[in-house]
Amino acid sequence: MSAPAVPSVQTTEVPVPRGVGHLGRWSAFFARRLLRSVVALFVIVTVAFLVLRLAGGDPVRSALGATADESVVQARREQLGLNDPLLVQFWNYLVGLFRGDLGSSLVTGRSVTELVAGRLPATLELAGLAFVVVLVIAVPVGLAFALLTQGGRRRGVETGFTSVTGFISSVPEYLFSVGLVVLFGITLKLLPVAGANHGAASYILPVLALGLGSAASLSRIARVEALNVLSEDYIRTARSKRLPAWMINFKHALPNMLTATFTIGGTLLSTMIASSVLVEQVFNWPGLGTAFVQAITTKDYGIVQGLAIVYAAIILVVNLLVDLVLAALDRRTTLLETA
Amino acid sequence: MSQNRKPSFLRSPMGLASATVVGLLVVLAIIAPPLWGAQASTPNPANLLRGPSSEHPLGTDGLGRDLLLRTLVATRTTVGMALIATACGAAAGLLLGALPSVLGARAQRWFSAVINTWLAFPVLLLAMLMVILMGTGTVTAVVALALTMTPSFARLAQTLSSKVGGSEYLAAARLLGVPKGRQFTHYVLPNIAEPIIVNVTMSIGGGLLALSSLSFLGVGVQPPSYDWGRMLSEGFEQVYTTPTAVVGPAVMVILAGVSFGMLGESLASFLRERTRGRALSPAKLGPAPVTDPLELDPLQEDVLLDVKGLSVSFPGADGWVRPVQDVSFTLHRGEIVGVVGESGSGKSVTMMSVAQLAPAGAAVTAQRLNFDGTELAGMREQVAAKAIGTDIGIVFQDSLTALNPALRVGTQLAEVPRVHQGATKQEAHERAVEALDSVRIPNAAHRATLFPHEYSGGMRQRALIAMSQIGKPKLIIADEPTTALDVTVQQRVLALLRRECEDSGAAALVVSHDIAVLAELCQRILVMYAGRIVEDVDVRMLAHPEQLAHPYTRALAASLPDLDTDRTKPLATIPGEPPDLSKPVTGCGFADRCALASDRCRTEVPVLVQHRHGGQVACFHPQDGSSPEDSGAAGSETTLHEAHEEGAVA
Ligand code: SF4
Repeated sequence: MSAPAVPSVQTTEVPVPRGVGHLGRWSAFFARRLLRSVVALFVIVTVAFLVLRLAGGDPVRSALGATADESVVQARREQLGLNDPLLVQFWNYLVGLFRGDLGSSLVTGRSVTELVAGRLPATLELAGLAFVVVLVIAVPVGLAFALLTQGGRRRGVETGFTSVTGFISSVPEYLFSVGLVVLFGITLKLLPVAGANHGAASYILPVLALGLGSAASLSRIARVEALNVLSEDYIRTARSKRLPAWMINFKHALPNMLTATFTIGGTLLSTMIASSVLVEQVFNWPGLGTAFVQAITTKDYGIVQGLAIVYAAIILVVNLLVDLVLAALDRRTTLLETA
Repeated sequence: MSQNRKPSFLRSPMGLASATVVGLLVVLAIIAPPLWGAQASTPNPANLLRGPSSEHPLGTDGLGRDLLLRTLVATRTTVGMALIATACGAAAGLLLGALPSVLGARAQRWFSAVINTWLAFPVLLLAMLMVILMGTGTVTAVVALALTMTPSFARLAQTLSSKVGGSEYLAAARLLGVPKGRQFTHYVLPNIAEPIIVNVTMSIGGGLLALSSLSFLGVGVQPPSYDWGRMLSEGFEQVYTTPTAVVGPAVMVILAGVSFGMLGESLASFLRERTRGRALSPAKLGPAPVTDPLELDPLQEDVLLDVKGLSVSFPGADGWVRPVQDVSFTLHRGEIVGVVGESGSGKSVTMMSVAQLAPAGAAVTAQRLNFDGTELAGMREQVAAKAIGTDIGIVFQDSLTALNPALRVGTQLAEVPRVHQGATKQEAHERAVEALDSVRIPNAAHRATLFPHEYSGGMRQRALIAMSQIGKPKLIIADEPTTALDVTVQQRVLALLRRECEDSGAAALVVSHDIAVLAELCQRILVMYAGRIVEDVDVRMLAHPEQLAHPYTRALAASLPDLDTDRTKPLATIPGEPPDLSKPVTGCGFADRCALASDRCRTEVPVLVQHRHGGQVACFHPQDGSSPEDSGAAGSETTLHEAHEEGAVA
């Protein structure tokens, strides 16, 4: 079994930063990360702008259909400012973004910002809940299996664990969704399978579908992390104090395995936000994902463009937050990364 | 023992299974479209949306086409797309990531910032952008996936090639003026090939799943073409009437995704084990080796710790590794005894086994392990640990790693009174502060609230000593207590350790590779070599090397600085290596490095016997004159002199 690659959080000791120096270093780290995210967002925005303008053919024509009257197409182009010079368009586009204007639908001309405002909460709820479920499952499961398989013991359990979690984590979310719909919605008729208007029950299947795979892969990572932590010297120190097992595992091991597990968990969160598109589609969830699929079928690339920027921004913000939380959690992180 | 460990990848069940499935998929991708392609796309209006039947095992779709055949035919599109996308992504990533290694350091930093950010973007985001540019379709999905894969391959290639970039052979090539292109193809690429192949295999699996997701959403393959993802999305529309419609493509997607992933993983673990080896499982290892039973003397009155026939074994790649073999010693109350030896001599493992802190997986056996009147041998580790309680306090080697980075130092000290002495939280904290104060940590009340990394090295080591003391132990085990410290701090820590023992009357076992440290602190020295105790001698003898009996101890003593030592010269070392303890050692472990070794030394293991210097020695040709068993082979003054000259520990 390959040990999953752990993003490099440097933990080499540096002279202890104190007082202002520490804060200064921390804010420098924050500033660097923020700058990186802003640059990345700018690149995405530029690409999103360019692809719509450089696409072969006329996107408005293809959105409105071949039968649409030429004057209607021209009017819509004029309304969207597509007839201006490219740089002027880009400038207007950026200014618009700053004001919170994500562009408009090529078909109806309606504001994408409104669409997003209406649908974002549902998506965030789904992804956030699933993420919590993932952490709640993965950390204890990983720790438990690490304790069981420490020091090469119980090879059978180890193989079973890695095979089962490996299998679960390679089933794509949309197949989980379809499977859960067939099992609970159609065969057992136990749980609602479409929409978000059945109260708490309507969350169960989508959250599971989105979380199961990530929970499995994070459990594997958590186990490897826990094994590393359990073989650390300070665990032996705790054992030398003859502390009860629960104290060693929960007080001494758990906080240390959380840091690394959160690192990977954070990257999983971005993946989950993207995968929510698929889960939303299956469960007809009133979020951004279903809006995206509708926009594709209607060839409304104005909406797709706005959604791409929203997803990119969410992902960048999540990653930034994860980095900052980590820096705060891991007191030994040097914050002096090269990049 | 090792006849089955020849590198054969297909011997592992996982490798064989995944390789078989992948092979079948490739065969299907080649033969299915010409065999059944036409049949699978011919509509049959008489047979719409049927459930499974003998004619159509998986039923039919909305146009009456056979779903089994369509599933099989779609193999080519699905697997083919994944292969092409992975190939493109890998090629682009390789170029991006491997080039900076021949470009220089600045380019590398720049590249990793870009790659790290790029890595954060999932395939769906890139698919959104590609859809705007090119509309929906197969090419869009493949390009989006290739672009998503690019940064991870670039990072992989960059990591690997920066290893190569820093290597000597590449430096040599640069010196010789090999052109950059040739440097890349001839020096960089070959050394990064293996891990990349593994990653490519895994990526095909992941890519296949991602592409099927895109097709499912309607971004990828468009009708009338179909892949498994497309079939799933069509099948899902009829899932309420014929749920079986999703079975075929779902099974295939999972099967293919999992087996490519597994194939990559088994390739990786095969490559890893080919180079590193993996510890055998208990079933293959058999029981841990035991030593012949010894005659046990009755226990003496003032003995605190009596160890007889202690052996420790670990599972290794070729069977048990035995870092400690048949170790016996006694420790009296209040006595300070040093244990010296090179790293790997088993001294730390011995001490940790005595304290019931052997690492998980170790097999510890002993005929007697009597501590303070309690026989620990044969007890389960938890029971023995409970019996010891706080009677053994341990000072670990590296105070940075031995203290928990996530807990305040005061909390870590207060645990002992809290758990073992029934103290309240407040009392426990006060005792922790007292303990820190007693090891002269200034401003202890404040320092107790700090984390270990906020302490200096010497202060941390003192905090560790305070922690070992707080349970009022009868025995202190100090494992290389000063190794991580600089010389002046060393002295203070040693003085503190001595004072703590004197004040509390505790006995101590002090482990070190530095005989000078022990000479200062201890009353008696145990010398360990290759997992055994070879000499047990009064510390005063170190000042008279000619009184020492074992050639190894003499070499160690010769390294002790005295007035005549020329401090500017580096200490001499004993030539040779200790034996490999993963293979049974026949005879004396020191024989290969010993100037006095005879045939007997190579075939028989010397055991500890009383010696006229008052201690014990395990050697067939002990120095200092008469030995009852001296076979008269080699013990001449000249060879002795030689050993003396070259002697010192590494
Ligand atoms: S003389 Fe023989 S028994 Fe003694 S140390 Fe040398 S090799 Fe070992």
